[in-house]
Amino acid sequence: MSTSAEERFIYSRDQGVHDAHVPDYIVLPGSTQEVRQIIGLANAEKIPVVPMGGGLVLSGLTIPLKGGIVLDMKRMNRIIEVNESSHYAVVEAGTSQGMLDAYLKKNCPGLKHSLPDAPPVATIAGNIAIHGSGHLSQSEGGFHSEMVTGLEVVLPTSEIVRLGSCSTVPGWFSRAPLPDLVGLFLGWNGTTGVITKVGIKLFPRQAFHDVLTYMTEDIDAGPDILTRIIHTGMAEDINYALSPKPDYLTGFQMIVMNITAHTEEELVMKRGLIRNSLKGLYETKDSGFMPMPSNMKGSFLDVPQKTLSKFADVRKGGGFEYVGAIMPLEKIPEACRAGMSITDKYDITYSLGARIIGRGHSAMFFFAYPFNRADEDEVGRVRMALEETNRAALSMGGIPWKAEIGGQKMILEQMDPATYEFMNRIRKVIDPNGIMNPGNWEV
Amino acid sequence: MEALRTDPDICARCSTFDCIMKCQYMDYDLEGAGREIAKLRNGERSAILTECVTCYACEEYCPYDNHPFYFIVEQQERLGIHPVPKPVEKSQVVMMGPRGEISEKQVGSPVINMCFFTMMQGGIRGPLFDGVSLIGGSNIFCNLMFLHFARNSTIKERLPVVIDNIMENYLSPSDVNELICYHDECYGAYTSWAPAFGIEVPFKPVHFFEFLYKRLCQMKDAIKPLGVKVAYQRPCSNRLCPETDRFVDDIFGLIGAERPERLYEYDNALCCGGIIEAAQLFDLAEENLRKNVEDMRDAGAQYCVFNCPFCFWTMAEPVMKLGMIPIMMSDLCLMALGQ
Repeated sequence: MSTSAEERFIYSRDQGVHDAHVPDYIVLPGSTQEVRQIIGLANAEKIPVVPMGGGLVLSGLTIPLKGGIVLDMKRMNRIIEVNESSHYAVVEAGTSQGMLDAYLKKNCPGLKHSLPDAPPVATIAGNIAIHGSGHLSQSEGGFHSEMVTGLEVVLPTSEIVRLGSCSTVPGWFSRAPLPDLVGLFLGWNGTTGVITKVGIKLFPRQAFHDVLTYMTEDIDAGPDILTRIIHTGMAEDINYALSPKPDYLTGFQMIVMNITAHTEEELVMKRGLIRNSLKGLYETKDSGFMPMPSNMKGSFLDVPQKTLSKFADVRKGGGFEYVGAIMPLEKIPEACRAGMSITDKYDITYSLGARIIGRGHSAMFFFAYPFNRADEDEVGRVRMALEETNRAALSMGGIPWKAEIGGQKMILEQMDPATYEFMNRIRKVIDPNGIMNPGNWEV
Repeated sequence: MEALRTDPDICARCSTFDCIMKCQYMDYDLEGAGREIAKLRNGERSAILTECVTCYACEEYCPYDNHPFYFIVEQQERLGIHPVPKPVEKSQVVMMGPRGEISEKQVGSPVINMCFFTMMQGGIRGPLFDGVSLIGGSNIFCNLMFLHFARNSTIKERLPVVIDNIMENYLSPSDVNELICYHDECYGAYTSWAPAFGIEVPFKPVHFFEFLYKRLCQMKDAIKPLGVKVAYQRPCSNRLCPETDRFVDDIFGLIGAERPERLYEYDNALCCGGIIEAAQLFDLAEENLRKNVEDMRDAGAQYCVFNCPFCFWTMAEPVMKLGMIPIMMSDLCLMALGQ
């Protein structure tokens, strides 16, 4: 536990544009029992508690808006179990993406989990709690929250509960067939309890990798191209990008498909089927595959992808934030146009793109805006652009992802009042004193 | 800028149509070839224009040096035929264009122009390259690659500027009149394409392999013969300067490398397949690559040596998968010198 001014300063902000709020305490628990004791005390004293994983969310969700305790989970980083037959791992909430990936590579090389394009210090629990997505989200069933097989949670009233099969039998293999309570802790921005353990699905790790890149200038062509690729079922990950940098890509939409396989023959077959799916398009020469000799493929094969991290520093000065919006696939062209129009209006640079979630069931579209933190005027323009982007995403039929307070308010204004009332009723039952991350999901 | 120096009467009088009959990627009988060439010469939309994979080989096959390939490219561009998808083409035009400022630099002979491949200059090391000056980058990149994109116009626009850049910033201030071309593409640009379009080249281009051969001759005593079989991947741009192919044999003779007898060698060499893939002819590209590397393996090659970095990047992996070692010619020479 720390109350030092320096550490309180560090925990008062994130890398985004949001105002700092200084916590009173920073606590790093080492076990579920310690979390339980801390929450019990906080509940008794009505002290706000803000759970925190890697602290990389950018939209201020771990900024303690009303002071109190920032509960940094990083000490709870044990990998408790890997079940190679039933393809799941159980980890403590502070376990990072990098830790689990390294552990699996060393000890279970035939398995992997879905990695978000975040720095490796991002935590598994933090990412599932915000409905994160990653490199297996297209091929293996959706958001990382959909890959959760079970949770252990400390409730705001300090009870420890297990959800999923682990509540009834020893294994953490499934949420079915029980009443699904896991959703009470996913997407709630830490307002319903503290996740202390996560069961997460694992998937086969293939030895062969390749990447294909398709280019088009036609902004409206994106959904058709993406759908054709998705329908082959051959790509592991599908991403879409539109960026003015580097200059030779200005105006071009790039669709990047990562392919994995157990054998060379399988890889060749998958590559062939994807190419065939676009034959009618590339034969016109209006769009086509970009030739990629082996020296160009390197960074495209990285998991997680580092390109966005590199882009984050394009303006120098350490500022980067984005609106991620979960939206229907067919809205991608509209989202691109909105993003370009907003960045033009506020004179800021951008990277726009999308990761396909599920078999085209939705897309996580990002409007990413880097900025120089030392340039107050630019920070202000980015702040206004983010607000306008949230509004644009909602108006076109998308929903801002891991939205900051302002974005949450916009969502709630548009939400069915009965739904919001139901959310509040649930929260009142779970957290009667309103200690959990107050300010979030509130009007 | 002059128009392409080609004589339609030569084609009209031609009875062998070697440019098409020898092409490894088109299948015409003599009558069909003659008919298509006539259409081409009449400015019509010949099938040749869309079937051409832009391997450059017909420039070598034509016994009259009448520039059939440059003519094909001219016609493709005139008729708006795009061998490569338009977004890829447009992006490449920007990517490979001049950027940043070029400034005068003192150089001393010999000067090696690394072309766009400055990332390969790690291979220019040791006593074999003692005293060389290296230049390179987008401002002195010949842009001949745009032959693959049906864009003679881009080369016409950029090459004179490139030549000026080389002269004004490097060669003239240092009173040097020879330029060693690391890549066949530059050598072909200065010795074949530029004269074909009436562009004056005020320096003497020297092929990189000629430079290597002469240096190796000077260092003969230091050579430890390699005693290995080495297949050579002849790049498309060497079709513009086939007279330089003999330096491969000359170098191999000095370093104790054997050029094994192959099906796809010399004027029957196969393209690396990279540009065929860019043309979206994926089955052909893969079949071409497979035939090429299997032929190397079947000939007993232990190494596959390259001049062109793009060929290297395209073929290195398949070459390795068949148990051979991909290597650039400069590195092979360094090996023979024990470096």
